[in-house]
Amino acid sequence: MSVEFDRNIHNTLADANLQLAIYTATARLKEKRIETVAPGALPDYQELRTQANAVKKHTIENLDYYLEEFERNVEARGGKVVYAKDGTEVADFVLALAKDRGARLIVKGKSMTSEELGLNERLEHNGLEAVETDLGEFIVQLAHVRPYHIVAPALHMTRFDVAELFTKHLHVPNETVIEKQTAIARAVLRRKFLAADIGISGANFLVAGSGAVVLVENEGNIRLTTSAPKIHIAIAGIEKMIPRAQDLATFLKLLGRSGTGQLLTVYTSFLSGPRRAGEIDGPDEFYVVLLDNGRTRLLPDRGKRQSLYCIRCGACLNACPVYRKIGGHSFPWAYSGPIGAIITPQFMGISHEPALPFASSLCGACGEVCPVKIDIPKVLLELRSDVKKAEARDQRNRLEKLAFRAFAWLMTHPRLYEMAGKLAASAAPPDGSGWIRGVPAPMNIGPLRAWLSQRDLPPAPARSFREMWRRR
Amino acid sequence: MSRDNILHRVRTALGRSAGQAVADPPPVRIRIPDVDMEQRISNMFAAIEALAGKTHRAASPEDARAFVAAAIEGKSAVASNAPYLAQCGIANLPGVRSGITDREELRGLCAAADVGITSADYALGDTGTLVMISSPHEARLVSLLPPAHIAVVPRGRILTGLDELFTILPNPAEMTSSMVLITGPSRTADIEQILVRGVHGPGQITVVVVG
Repeated sequence: MSVEFDRNIHNTLADANLQLAIYTATARLKEKRIETVAPGALPDYQELRTQANAVKKHTIENLDYYLEEFERNVEARGGKVVYAKDGTEVADFVLALAKDRGARLIVKGKSMTSEELGLNERLEHNGLEAVETDLGEFIVQLAHVRPYHIVAPALHMTRFDVAELFTKHLHVPNETVIEKQTAIARAVLRRKFLAADIGISGANFLVAGSGAVVLVENEGNIRLTTSAPKIHIAIAGIEKMIPRAQDLATFLKLLGRSGTGQLLTVYTSFLSGPRRAGEIDGPDEFYVVLLDNGRTRLLPDRGKRQSLYCIRCGACLNACPVYRKIGGHSFPWAYSGPIGAIITPQFMGISHEPALPFASSLCGACGEVCPVKIDIPKVLLELRSDVKKAEARDQRNRLEKLAFRAFAWLMTHPRLYEMAGKLAASAAPPDGSGWIRGVPAPMNIGPLRAWLSQRDLPPAPARSFREMWRRR
Repeated sequence: MSRDNILHRVRTALGRSAGQAVADPPPVRIRIPDVDMEQRISNMFAAIEALAGKTHRAASPEDARAFVAAAIEGKSAVASNAPYLAQCGIANLPGVRSGITDREELRGLCAAADVGITSADYALGDTGTLVMISSPHEARLVSLLPPAHIAVVPRGRILTGLDELFTILPNPAEMTSSMVLITGPSRTADIEQILVRGVHGPGQITVVVVG
């Protein structure tokens, strides 16, 4: 486990307010999801999941075909498609376009893809102003931190944190009423929308047969981002593709329910090309940046390529007992929770984030709630196996090997096992508190200490199971 | 060049070659329920009201006009160029600006107006959704910039739901650069999960069904 990952986890666990905030927010999202996918509310939920999985599987297995079809259709509607291998290429494209059009101000709709590139920093470094317009993203941008949750970026902050940020950065009087804070953000951002030269959005889906970008949201900031400025740039991972507009009848029913327990989000935009002849408003220029950034790295693996089916609803975060304790900022990259634990090491290379696949109890909740049926626990196991194989190659797990050999030996010698059990039970304190945690220093070190800092063994029973079995 | 490089990487990873055909994708899953018009309207009204939107059933275009006139009294309003609004006599109500075809002019008016009035190309009964297709008749910003949005929809345009919409419009890109589905007022819960309406889009939405 990396030192930083370890430290972030411990800081999160030690912060009682943060623990409560994560627990409450994820519990609410979880309950709302359950209500809207229950058999009484959506009888064909399981069929929809199966269909979504089949459509994604087909699309990913033929991705080159759909990328080219998408490109043809965008261009037929007067838009332009740009391929980018990483964040540098995306930034270079945006900067060159901004320079050519004399653009200074960029408004942005919430996009996880853009977070993964650190795009705002790159643009600002080159003298452009890039403003996040989703309320939660606006707040985390002011605070200079990463989004805490895929659908609730500022989940970890209170109204008091927001008041402080707004006072400091927007020069407004201290305001702790949430409705009024929202009104302040609306007024500040409205001016930005009306003055912006370029709007940058992500994409929830790319529709190959239409050459369309589909975006879902609740606030209206994405509609403004894609409609008010004269230039709209959508940045999307290549895996966002679906073949036909009609597939949205499946995916849209799953996405809103799984993410926030909504039948549909407030706004769903289906955008294809710049404004057409006769249309009164909308952008004059329409670009779609198709991003690789590590995605093609995981395509060859038939077992793990299902990681690319993800529609970023966030349901697996809310369901995950690990995310609900360690929170979003313990994870090293834009994506957190179970989906972050499988895509981060695959996008960046397994040696980069070897601890992540182990940040799971393998309880299976993530796979159960996934609307596109990604078998996350299975992918986690495969990644763990990859990590261990790499360590074996580097001879890095000698100690672990030795420990498992000793364990195997103990488990295959029943008498010794029983004796060891008795010995341990006799050492336990009679009141059952601090069973091992109170063990003196020499034992309580290294990985053992990390483990014991959060948990302990239950009190020893009066009689072991083996004894009870003999006296039955 | 990244385009060819990325496509090459994708093909190599998948074991495909350039220009190789694909098998048909899984058939689309479309299920249109049998719901009669009165039921659709009552479903739609229930869904909109559950989201704190307002609803009104107008018996006639004149009734719709009177309802809208009362709703915008003392306020400034912009109406879209939808022929149906003209038919109802809503576009020429006092205090309503309409017939604008210039982007900059429309933008300025919408940014200053109290109310935006539109029709809708369709509405979806099961979710309470308005379907707005950008065209010379319907601009994007009328339903977006003003703090309140009123949509006046003849009953014949109410569909059962998404499946029926995508059956009627299998490829919306053929007719528009922008199709937007609107389900309730603009909202956020980004601070402490407290629901606030009217963040960037209209905080009030009123759907008037005529007939």
